[in-house]
Amino acid sequence: MGRNVAIVGTGQTHHKAKRDDVNIVELIHEAVVRCLEDAEISIDHVDAVLIGNMEHFEGINLSDMWASDVSGARGRFGMKITTGGSTGTSLSLAAYYHVASGLFDTVMCIGWQKQSEGDTTAGLISATDPVWERASFAGAFGTFAAAAVQFMKEYGLSEEHAAKVAVKNRQNGLRNPYAHLKLDITVNDVLNSRMLAYPIRMLDMCPASEGACAMIFTCEEKAKRMTNRPAWVAAAETRHDSPFIGDVPMFMDLRTLRAASAAAYKKAGITNPLKELDVIELYEPVSWAELSFLDSLWLCERGKIRELIDKGATTMEGELPVNPSGGVLCTNPIGATAMCRVAEAAIQIRGQGDKRQVPNVRTALATGYGGNWWSDVMILKSSL
Amino acid sequence: MMRKVAIIGVAQTKFEREKKAEGFPDLVFDVSRRALEGAGISSSELQQTITCSQDFYDGRTISNFAVSDACASYMKPESKVAMDSSMAVFYALARILSGAYDNGLVVTHCKMSQGQPNLIYNAIFDPIYQRHLGLDAHSCHAFQARAYMNRYGISPEQCAGVSVKNHANALKNPYAQEGRTLTVKDVIASPMLADPIHTLDAMPVSDGACALVLAEEHTAKRLTKNPVWIKGIGSFMDAYYLGERDLTEPSALIKAAQKAYAMAGIQDPAREIDVAEITEYYSYQELLWAEGLGLCGRGEGGVMIDEGTSAMTGSMPVNPSGGVLAGNPYTVAGLVRVVEAYLQLIGGAEERQIDGARTALAHGVTGPCGQSHCVMVLSTQ
Repeated sequence: MGRNVAIVGTGQTHHKAKRDDVNIVELIHEAVVRCLEDAEISIDHVDAVLIGNMEHFEGINLSDMWASDVSGARGRFGMKITTGGSTGTSLSLAAYYHVASGLFDTVMCIGWQKQSEGDTTAGLISATDPVWERASFAGAFGTFAAAAVQFMKEYGLSEEHAAKVAVKNRQNGLRNPYAHLKLDITVNDVLNSRMLAYPIRMLDMCPASEGACAMIFTCEEKAKRMTNRPAWVAAAETRHDSPFIGDVPMFMDLRTLRAASAAAYKKAGITNPLKELDVIELYEPVSWAELSFLDSLWLCERGKIRELIDKGATTMEGELPVNPSGGVLCTNPIGATAMCRVAEAAIQIRGQGDKRQVPNVRTALATGYGGNWWSDVMILKSSL
Repeated sequence: MMRKVAIIGVAQTKFEREKKAEGFPDLVFDVSRRALEGAGISSSELQQTITCSQDFYDGRTISNFAVSDACASYMKPESKVAMDSSMAVFYALARILSGAYDNGLVVTHCKMSQGQPNLIYNAIFDPIYQRHLGLDAHSCHAFQARAYMNRYGISPEQCAGVSVKNHANALKNPYAQEGRTLTVKDVIASPMLADPIHTLDAMPVSDGACALVLAEEHTAKRLTKNPVWIKGIGSFMDAYYLGERDLTEPSALIKAAQKAYAMAGIQDPAREIDVAEITEYYSYQELLWAEGLGLCGRGEGGVMIDEGTSAMTGSMPVNPSGGVLAGNPYTVAGLVRVVEAYLQLIGGAEERQIDGARTALAHGVTGPCGQSHCVMVLSTQ
């Protein structure tokens, strides 16, 4: 019963390990300006601004306040939403709900991170329970490595399967002008790269990037006036979980993604996602996660994802291209990472992908992953 | 609004200077369970949750990580607003108005006792130009207090009067931290924090949690005889740099109030609103915000105290709960205002009840010197 909502503009910064040419607010401004240019509107047409990052990573409390001059929130409605790695999709969904509610016609959402100004792993460690978890599962590597071993053993995957994902996404990233890592690598390069925590090697892992992403969501009436290529929101779902690490099978079955995608498919009228989706922008913090998360998206019988990978189904030329942008393995500005997934999905629907464009995209799916094995799913369509 | 949305259940903890025995999940579980039970919604019927916490006060990145199972949000669409909790009500409301959900829980927690509030507040300021000046909550608000007092001739005694009133009101509120019988002299004689703000002009360190359940019209009417409707809501943000604002001109508040009043059809707030719960971290703020909200004329905040207008027995009672001066932590303060306004409207405020309250105002603040305000008009109709 809510209003129809479309994405009519996206803007990303160029990403790097260290953007020492800009400070935090200048970085945000870069994405905002590019987004407004893409939507061909001025900030005067924006009614509300939603923004988020991981505040411990830069050590700025209430970072939305500092950003208000450049985000456009000054003199408007401004809200800050943060949920860890999924911050970018949490913001995208919030922008969708705020427009669908009728409270605002046009909402801009912004995610950003400038990791070189702090210590990401130190910040991330504090997320876990100080008594039970912090000493054993600190940062990202430990949990991912434990889950990947489990996944590999249970579903009969090899390190080569993960390496193929790492290569595919890096090759895709070479065609994305905004991608951080530009790596022309082979499976052998991945398998020979430094071991971080078995079975995760350096080239299996996402980078730490600096960057920002912004998007404009607007109501049906205004979307039709603003552009002839809106990306309509067909479904938006979130599932949060609260497992103590070790309590659940973790990677082998991301139950939040299974539940969120099932609900989203139902809402969008999708019964066979492998056939009906034209492209996926997936939040894959590590090569192994792409294998596991695709399995959780109901693209195959449970545990059979290796068959799709062996066929090359997820490559640019395959049946269902996954991460034409290069994904998180190329670009990871944490507060913006998940929003980049939605923005890249919108870019594919709007036919703006240039060298990374998948032909004839009518239905695209974007995911966000973060916090305590949380998942967000958004499905975009080229027509209502 | 596209749907009618009501508050149908609330809960708050007793607020205390240091809740040593309870961690974040304990506090959140306590208020979530009581609010849902009060609303008659089981955890499986709950459709969505908006949590509200600040990583800096919790000392934990992704601070909702610690509480999502404690608020019945296992495998649910939970999200977190990292501002004052009045904004979490805004987001939960937007989600219900969008048609995506028919009910929702809003829950917030904060334990100021676990950190150093002045250092945490200092981290709000621009790290390049301002932070090393040593600005914190007391010093930045002292600028605003002094500017406001100078512009309108507001006296320290009038500010102190707010503290006396609110601490006295808190004696009747079983959840309040610091119910006290004070005199204006006591407040003025309390140690100076940052001129003109004395210790008793400022909110105390506080720990606690608060929760509220929202539902759309049909659900609300099925579950309760006493729904309290959100009739109007507005929020705006001001400039960040204090020097770019006229600190005596709460322009974001004025716009937020105008928006909320227009939605609710309120033309003369001072007459039409029966009781107001205002977020006042400092005594002067209750006066300045009351002006911005149109509960009195500009520069007349002090007169409200002199004439007793904002007292329990006055024509425009403000903060019968005791307000934030009697102890609510940052982040949590705004939701407590909404919950207290709700209790007034269902006649459940016990000894602090304003008789015959039909329309109430609740107000929350985020950021230094009121950078962002959220205003809500609630009604039994």
